[in-house]
Amino acid sequence: MKIVIVGCGRVGAALAESFDALGNEVIIIDITTRAFDRLSDEFRGSAIRGDGTDEDVLRRAGAEGADVFLAFTEGDNRNVMAAQVAAENLGAARVIAKINDPVRAAAYSDLGIATICRTTMQSDAVHLYLGLPTSDMPGVIAPTGRHHGGEHHEPVRPAAGGTEA
Amino acid sequence: MFVLVVGGGKVGYYLAKELIESNHEVVVMEKDRARAAQITDEIGSIVVAQDGCEGKYLGEAGCARADIVAAVTGDDEDNLVICQMAKHHFDVRRTIARVNNPKNEDLFRHLGVDEIISPTRMILGSIEQDIPVHELLHLGGLGGSELEIIEAHLQDGSPAIGRTTGELSIPEGCSLFAVVRDGVASPLRPDTVLRSGDKVIAIGRADCEAKLHEQLIGSEPEALRPGL
Repeated sequence: MKIVIVGCGRVGAALAESFDALGNEVIIIDITTRAFDRLSDEFRGSAIRGDGTDEDVLRRAGAEGADVFLAFTEGDNRNVMAAQVAAENLGAARVIAKINDPVRAAAYSDLGIATICRTTMQSDAVHLYLGLPTSDMPGVIAPTGRHHGGEHHEPVRPAAGGTEA
Repeated sequence: MFVLVVGGGKVGYYLAKELIESNHEVVVMEKDRARAAQITDEIGSIVVAQDGCEGKYLGEAGCARADIVAAVTGDDEDNLVICQMAKHHFDVRRTIARVNNPKNEDLFRHLGVDEIISPTRMILGSIEQDIPVHELLHLGGLGGSELEIIEAHLQDGSPAIGRTTGELSIPEGCSLFAVVRDGVASPLRPDTVLRSGDKVIAIGRADCEAKLHEQLIGSEPEALRPGL
């Protein structure tokens, strides 16, 4: 499989190494070269410096037609944008964006992007350990809506958290 | 009308001010507290000092009843998310985004942002009107000599179009050696007929340039207008 990861933080680097060890073609992109220090010498994939929300950068890095595209930078919105560029313009088959704001995470899975929310996951993990009820949200929230072409998309009514003033 | 402005930089600030002067209801969201306090001092308590990208705070700022949401922060990704959240989560009828990277315009439009304002594109458009595009391009010097490699992009109006290279009077010490047409480079022969869109590659001394310009591009371009 061709796997593209944007953001070479702890999670991005760990995933890059494990996918590489499993024999996949891995491309990891980060805006700073220093981030690649996290990768071990055994990593055989490509590490490319650039802005992962920029379509030209992604194309040059060879991200087109990826089987899996992971947007795992520190910024929720950068992840949202990178994921949508990949899904809409680069024909990525499966896209996951890390979004730490639970409201935004739920909203984007409604918009057709699989999301993973650290806030919900960690809070659930603590609840589980303490024997308290959890949110029942899966770790990766699968897309519930079709990814959109503008006007065909049905607006989503305010859901949990989207309260009016 | 109720307009929710997200981003209290210079654009957001003056936008809010103008809208208030035309009697619209305005709320500005600005996550930087110091900046938010400054705007409050200047135009009154219309500022919500929270991050407009967070669904929760958008809701608190009254996004659900906004007629228009204008996302004018300095970051494209933030403006995209604000408009998408407003549109799809709060059902706002009209969303406007400021886009800094002109290459993001199509993506934003495709993802449902109703109106896109690109300051970069506007300034670019304005500059391009004033820069002569019919120019010779210096590709580089030939090592250890006074010779330069020059590219001439032939456009409609060039005196060379429809003529063969043999018919042109090319200055002494200068040689046309290749043409790039539809991305393919071929050697120039005396009987090659030049077309609009061709890129002619020449080698010559810098003092041949004026004559080369006259032959391949046309009369001297106007100098940049001063004061622009």
